[in-house]
Amino acid sequence: MGRPFQVIIDKERCKGCGLCINFCPLNLLVISNEINKRGFHYATVRDNNRCKGCAQCAIICPDVAIEIYR
Amino acid sequence: MEKAIFKRPESLYETPFHYCPGCGHGIIHRLIAEVIDEFGIRERTIGTAPVGCAVLNYDYFNFDVCECAHGRTPAVATGIKRVRPKSVVFSYQGDGDLAAIGIAEIIHTALRSERITAIFVNNCVYGMTGGQMAPTTLLNQKTQTTPFGRDPKKAGFPLRVCELLATLDGATYIARTALNNPKNVLKTRESIKKAFLTQIEDVGFSLVEILSPCPVNWKLSPVDSIKWMKERMIPYFPLGEFKTPFAK
Amino acid sequence: MKGNEAIGEAAIRAGCRYYFGYPITPQNELTAYMSKRMEEVGGVFIQAESELAAINMVYGASAAGGRAMTSSSSPGISLKQEGISYMVGAELPGVVVNICRGGPGLGNIAPSQSDYFQATRGGGHGDYYTIVLSPSSVQESADLVFLAFYLADKYRNPVIILGDGFLGQMLEPVEFKNPAFGRLPRKRWALTGAKERPPNVIRSLYLKEGVLEKRNWELSKKYERMKKEVRYEGIYLDDAEFIVVAYGICARISKASVLLLRAHGLKVGLIRPITLWPFPSGVIKEVRDKIKRFFVIEMNLGQMVEDVKLAVEGRTSVSFYGRPGGGVPTPEEIYKVIKDGKGYF
Repeated sequence: MGRPFQVIIDKERCKGCGLCINFCPLNLLVISNEINKRGFHYATVRDNNRCKGCAQCAIICPDVAIEIYR
Repeated sequence: MEKAIFKRPESLYETPFHYCPGCGHGIIHRLIAEVIDEFGIRERTIGTAPVGCAVLNYDYFNFDVCECAHGRTPAVATGIKRVRPKSVVFSYQGDGDLAAIGIAEIIHTALRSERITAIFVNNCVYGMTGGQMAPTTLLNQKTQTTPFGRDPKKAGFPLRVCELLATLDGATYIARTALNNPKNVLKTRESIKKAFLTQIEDVGFSLVEILSPCPVNWKLSPVDSIKWMKERMIPYFPLGEFKTPFAK
Repeated sequence: MKGNEAIGEAAIRAGCRYYFGYPITPQNELTAYMSKRMEEVGGVFIQAESELAAINMVYGASAAGGRAMTSSSSPGISLKQEGISYMVGAELPGVVVNICRGGPGLGNIAPSQSDYFQATRGGGHGDYYTIVLSPSSVQESADLVFLAFYLADKYRNPVIILGDGFLGQMLEPVEFKNPAFGRLPRKRWALTGAKERPPNVIRSLYLKEGVLEKRNWELSKKYERMKKEVRYEGIYLDDAEFIVVAYGICARISKASVLLLRAHGLKVGLIRPITLWPFPSGVIKEVRDKIKRFFVIEMNLGQMVEDVKLAVEGRTSVSFYGRPGGGVPTPEEIYKVIKDGKGYF
């Protein structure tokens, strides 16, 4: 096991469409109760440590709001 | 040192998209930018901005862009490419632009085998103007101008653009992809790559039709929209490569 | 050389390397000529799928920095208006030749001047002007092509050459004088690829409140500068009591009538606008107070006569004589109109 993956969601870019949540195979993403400056409930990472870096969330994100680093 | 597994492409500005939640344009913009980055052609790419939701795409694309009149994009792209044959020129068009008002332009651009790439965004609806029937609107699909569902007796049948263009000798790479799941998004990226390569290697005209969600005008949630794509759109608009100069 | 071919040859010599056309009578010789000559000079010729496509190819070629042109005749020019409006909005140069024929509708293929309003009032949607050049001989057709390309680049605006079927089909000797114009600025705005510079965008959409209004005011300043390009030919203006105002082939016919009238002792002069927009109102204003009557002769129902009346401002009489629908007046016919003091209006 190498370093953990870092899923970084730019909350101001997110429009809360929920597609990332729909496709995360490990169910690691949720919609936040908080809203961003544009009034959207944004997606947020519940548990970064379990991320396997498959990038499904980033690939489907229509707003390029997700970047993944390791 | 942190390694980027997934990162914003350089051919896109930082500006957040103005598109509605769950709209496919953002994914398509990103895929185009990724391919341009991968080929290292940003400094010789000339894109187009169509009439429709993507009319402000130059706010996002970090390369030269030419705004075009509705439907005339392939003609404008032809003019650009003939002056700058070493540039990589792509048209970015919606279904109204390409398949209704501009159907003549796309057919003849394909017949001339112009060395341009058409990125055709098919979401079965006119988005910008508020959800009217498009030439690709499915039968029984409700839109602002087919409030009882599209009835072929009154409003005709949906147009399958790839199948039509694939009959043309000048069309070189013709493919249809969809944005309904990450796997198909990656396939779309591959098709965009091949389409650009068809142009870069001076092989001929290329077009990628991308089935793309428009949750707001479909009156569905983003997640329901991609289900609708699988259940309704893809059966009518089958995915795949209709013509290719590459070995499969 | 035929007028249509002379226009083509002049365009090639003016450095035009991109021609996009669609067949329509009576300008077909021009398209055919370009298909041959562009091949010889290594330029681009495309027979487009429609006039809409042709003008938009001009738009694209011009956006990429090329010297581009298209040509057509009246019904086809109507179709090109969309593109012309977009070119003005995006400030793209280009030359559009209209070898005018009879209208409305499909009309006929006879020479006509029925597109004066369309050409001089912008023509398409929006609020704009294009320079309109009107030749009256094959030689002048060629000369004005050089000027058209220069002015288009100078002002980043399309320029219209308004001929007619007569001029297009006429055979006359022609000499191609490549005139030396002023230096033109580099096309830094052109789409060449964003190498070592920020991206260029060619556009005419300005959605934010007040932005388009501001931009249109800026464009209006450009139209004011374009007004300095006014050109006309004046004959016998010094002692004239009557003045004939006519343009294009109609002016050439009228000139013969003026000479005939002079021979009969009538002090008649001629004003021939070479630029229809900007219209040479200045010369009319200069002479109007000593003129008993202006006779406006046109091959239409009376279009330029409105510009003459605007310049005359009611200070003297203005008569009109016209032949619409492809009718071409004879010198004797015009002679009689003026001698008898007749005319409509």
